[in-house]
Amino acid sequence: MYTYSEFDDRFVRERVAQFRGQVARRLDGSLTEDEFKPLRLMNGLYLQLHAYMLRVAIPYGTLNPDQMRQLAWIAERWDKGYGHFTTRQNIQFNWPKLADVPDILDALADVEMHAIQTSGNTIRNVTADHFAGAAADEIADPRPVAELLRQWSTDHPEFQFLPRKFKIAITGSPNDRAVTRAHDIGLRMVTRDGEAGFEVIVGGGLGRTPMIGKVIREFLPRADLLPYVEAIVSVWNLLGRRDNKYKARIKITVHEHGIDEIRRLVEERFAEIRPGFAGVDQAVLAELEAAFAPPALRSAPQAAYDAAYRTDPLFRSWADTNLAPHKSPDHAIVTISLKAHGATPGDASADQMRVLADLAETYGHSELRISHEQNVILPHVHRADLPAVHAALKAAGLATANIGLASDIIACPGMDYCALATARSIPIAQEIATRIDALKIEHEVGHLKIKISGCINACGHHHVGHIGILGLDRAGVENYQITLGGDHTETAAVGERAGPGFPAEEIVPAIERIIFAYLDLRDRDDETFLDAYRRLGPAPFKAALYPAEKERADAA
Amino acid sequence: MSRRFTPKVVTGNALIEGDAVWLTADDRWSTDIAEAELIEDEAEADLRLLFAQGQADRVVGAYLAEARRGRDGPEPVHFREAFRTRGPSNYAHGKQSELSANG
Ligand code: SF4
Repeated sequence: MYTYSEFDDRFVRERVAQFRGQVARRLDGSLTEDEFKPLRLMNGLYLQLHAYMLRVAIPYGTLNPDQMRQLAWIAERWDKGYGHFTTRQNIQFNWPKLADVPDILDALADVEMHAIQTSGNTIRNVTADHFAGAAADEIADPRPVAELLRQWSTDHPEFQFLPRKFKIAITGSPNDRAVTRAHDIGLRMVTRDGEAGFEVIVGGGLGRTPMIGKVIREFLPRADLLPYVEAIVSVWNLLGRRDNKYKARIKITVHEHGIDEIRRLVEERFAEIRPGFAGVDQAVLAELEAAFAPPALRSAPQAAYDAAYRTDPLFRSWADTNLAPHKSPDHAIVTISLKAHGATPGDASADQMRVLADLAETYGHSELRISHEQNVILPHVHRADLPAVHAALKAAGLATANIGLASDIIACPGMDYCALATARSIPIAQEIATRIDALKIEHEVGHLKIKISGCINACGHHHVGHIGILGLDRAGVENYQITLGGDHTETAAVGERAGPGFPAEEIVPAIERIIFAYLDLRDRDDETFLDAYRRLGPAPFKAALYPAEKERADAA
Repeated sequence: MSRRFTPKVVTGNALIEGDAVWLTADDRWSTDIAEAELIEDEAEADLRLLFAQGQADRVVGAYLAEARRGRDGPEPVHFREAFRTRGPSNYAHGKQSELSANG
């Protein structure tokens, strides 16, 4: 397991001490809010609708049990007993008091965590495949590279005042679970002639102007990664539009200049700076690879698993839905759903966090992951231990068998918390999941991604949901717009708007109509929603969504 | 053509707690919108907002929000402002819990 170097620790402690002084000066009136706001944002502290919100980075989604327990303790000591895991692999505390925040940051530093660069025009928390280091389909663990990028970007003097925020995502597997095509830079590991390298994708992003990233380099040797990424950021740093914040992201730069021109400039810059990277980065990378060495997996019979699978239908359903193939066939990757039907997507109570920490320690080589889909992962569990893990999860209300199904909904905080929101998202997710549970259809429906955002900023990834829902304010009423056919994987696509939006009380029946239409339309039981949509196009789904219009058209 | 001025309240977030507060006629900040001063004159609203913005040691991000006269005092007009008077809808946290605890 990777641990901080002394330098990191000193840097984080210094930043906490500085922030403590800044908070004191804000409270005694010597700093105005205009002076203080950028300082608090640099430390991940936002002011939201009802309270401050502290956003804590979970680099590449990796946590150890002590860190999880500390998050639980912080939630109880200074918040309201829970935390919210986000699509950026961060955790947010929704109720801290300003005066307590320096103590919270110190408590985080005790377990090598912080809230730096979770805000502002910097390179943000590098996100990664939540199955990193464990997935059967993986070429190599992407986290050493993610950590290298984190070290390189943290406090990088050239990149503290970028035109806008900058997000990098990385996956070590050709099957993209990290939404790399919707990031400023996406890195997808591929092989060429037996050598591992990266497909480099640039200019993706959601928000107001959703764009699927474009491939700038089909194959980049791993040794060239840092200089190449630096070349991209520095080309954008020069070209990026600082005059208009809606045009400042690299996706607009790529759009305006064209990928070929950007590629030319990046390659030029890369050739210039490559010699300056004299291999120090490679030495660091080698150390990091050692630090992220895979755990020593045991080999044991899996009779306990087989017996439980045969005799316990609840366990079987959970195993069929929430497990993913591990590199080692007698292990499994366990995804723990934070989407109990009717609960707030991504929320975990302090008690649940402790259960997760204990399970990771007892059965999971002390590793935990947070997914951008707002669930928690135990990446390395021996199959023989799965019945015990399931029993413990059940007792903690964490055994919902719905991963990848219709009720495994991504929802941003929306107008229940977020000051930027135009409508609520959480209650919509709660109602849809409750309805789906009442209908008992989600296992029959199969793989279906519903994603909800409370405003055009798209933190809930609605553009890349198979069914996306965007909450808007239409003349002072919450209104929900549906997009169809989005895809967040290596075959990424932005969903198409289905038509006029629905008021809050009509959105759940509307989603239900689409789901039933899909069940009627699919040509085999295993044709997924997305496949059916791609085969048939939007027309039959729109007809189900807007039956009145169809009647009118039929009558005409 | 100038739009007709609609009544407003001055609101913002408390510096330390971060929760929503409203300016009262006697220059206090209340956590209850019903205690707020309902301002029906545009020039007066601008003055009260300036006053609020001068209270930077107590309140952050003061602004004018639309409100209407209700039975017990001013009431929010927009749903966002209504949520600010209650708290989130997924847990009984924030003002709604204080209200039920006090009431
Ligand atoms: S999508 Fe909008 S409402 Fe949702 S968290 Fe992001 S900024 Fe807030």
